[in-house]
Amino acid sequence: MTSPEKQILDEGGIERVLARIAHEILERKEGIANLALIGIRTRGVFLAQRLQKKLSEIEKNEIPVGILDITLYRDDLSEVGPKPEIHETDIPFNLKGKVVILVDDVLYTGRTIRAALDALIDFGRPKVIRLAVLVDRGHRELPIKADYVGKNVPTSLQDRVTIRLKETDGQDEAVISGGTRT
Amino acid sequence: MTQIAKTLWTQKDLLGLRDLSVAEIELILDTAKSFSEVSQREVKKVPVLRGKTVVNLFLEPSTRTRVSFELAEKRLSADSIGMASSGSSMTKGESLWDTVANIEALKVDIIVMRHGSSGAPHRVSNYTKCGIVNAGDGINEHPTQALLDMFTLREIKGKIKGLKVVFVGDILHSRVARSNVWGLTKLGAEVVICGPKTLIPWGIEELGVKVIHDVKKAIDGADAVTLLRIQMERQNETLFPSIREYASTFGMNTDLFKYAKPDAILMHPGPVNRGVEIESALADSSQSYILKQVTNGIAVRMAVLYLLSGAMKNEK
Repeated sequence: MTSPEKQILDEGGIERVLARIAHEILERKEGIANLALIGIRTRGVFLAQRLQKKLSEIEKNEIPVGILDITLYRDDLSEVGPKPEIHETDIPFNLKGKVVILVDDVLYTGRTIRAALDALIDFGRPKVIRLAVLVDRGHRELPIKADYVGKNVPTSLQDRVTIRLKETDGQDEAVISGGTRT
Repeated sequence: MTQIAKTLWTQKDLLGLRDLSVAEIELILDTAKSFSEVSQREVKKVPVLRGKTVVNLFLEPSTRTRVSFELAEKRLSADSIGMASSGSSMTKGESLWDTVANIEALKVDIIVMRHGSSGAPHRVSNYTKCGIVNAGDGINEHPTQALLDMFTLREIKGKIKGLKVVFVGDILHSRVARSNVWGLTKLGAEVVICGPKTLIPWGIEELGVKVIHDVKKAIDGADAVTLLRIQMERQNETLFPSIREYASTFGMNTDLFKYAKPDAILMHPGPVNRGVEIESALADSSQSYILKQVTNGIAVRMAVLYLLSGAMKNEK
C-alpha cells in the first residue's frame, strides 16, 4: 500500500535551495579557483551541473564537474546475488589540492557518501571535501554530516523520499510517501 | 525516463560465447566500458572483489591472457594465485578433477582455467561450486579474447551490427576465431573466414559465416580484419606446404590491406609472428589496434570476474 505523496519541495523551491547553497559555498571563501563539483550518479550529477551554472553566474568562473559512480565501493557487494549494474565514472580533472563539493540528492544512512569518499581518495588527495545534499532525511548509520543542506526533512524509516528532476523525470520536485502520517 | 528492463548476470561460469544471449554479451561489454576507467586512475584499484580468491589454473602456456587476468584480479582487489601443471602435483599423477576438488576445498571462489583439451572447463564446471572462467580450451573457445575483440570493435566503430569482420589464418585450430564467430554473428556482424582450405574447419558455414579463400576478395570492403597465427604446436600433420608459402599467399601487408575499407582496423589476438601472417610495418601502423586490444583485455576480464562473483552458486 502506498500512501499519497506529499510534496516537500516544488520547482521553485529546488531552484531557491540551489541558489542558496551556491551562495553558501562562496561565502566559505575556500578559493573559487580550486573549486570542483562532483555529482553522485544519477541525480547528484544533474544537481552538480545546476550548481555549477549558478556558481558561474555569480562568479563568472568555469568550475569543473565530475561524475562519480559509487557502485564499486558499496559495502553490500559481498552479499550473494546478481551484481548491480556499473556506470561510468568521469572525473576529467586532477583532484589534488582541490576543494571538492560532493553533491547528492538525498542524505539518508550515509553509506553512499562513505563509498563516495573512498572512491574520491583513489583519484587523488583533495584539499577538502564538502558535502551538499538537496534533502537530509536523517537516520544516519555512519558518522557523516552534510555541509550544505537544501532542506531538512524529518522522516520515519517507512517513509520514501523521492527527488524528481527535469533531466531524468520530466519535472522538478521532492516528495515524501509511504509512511503513516496524519 | 522509461526504465529499460535490466539484464542481470546469473550464470556461475563463463565457458563460451556459444551459451550467452545477446543481452548477456552486451552486459559484459557495457560493464567493461565502466571498468576501463579504473586502469587510467592514479590508484588503479577498486575494492569490489575484496575477500574473494581466484586461482589461475593455466595448464597450457600463456603470457598475455594470464598476465591480463592477474592484473584484472589485482585491480579488483581479489586475492589471486597462479598454478601451472609443471610444478604442481599434476606431474605426480593427480587428475584434473582431484586438483579442482582440492582447489575448491581451499575455499576458492573462481577458477580461471586454460586447458589443452576442448570442453575441459565445461566438464570441470559440473564437479565444482567454484565459478569457472574459460581462458581457452583446446580449439573450442576463448571467450574473453572474443569479448575484448568485440569491445575494441565497438569502441572504434561505435557498433557491431552490420560490420564486415574478416578472419584470416589458421581457423581450424583457433579457439579465438570460434568464440568470435559465436559472438559476432549473435550481435549481427557479417563474418568472413579466410585461409588455406586445410585450415578451415569443415562445415563452419553452418554457423552463419562466409568462407572465401582468396584474401583480396575476402577482405574487400572489410571494417575489421583479424589475423590469426599458424598454430604449429597443434598440428601433427602437414596441412600446408611451408610457412614461407603461407606468408606469400595469406600474409597481410600494407598493399594488400588497402583492399579493406580505408578506415578498416587491423586486429590480432597474439602472439604475433612478424613476417608470417603479418608484415612488421603493418603491425606497427596506425591502423593496427593490437596493443589497444591488450589494454582492453583487462577491462573486459574485470567485468567478467565482477559479474561472476555475484552469481556464484554456493549450493550444487
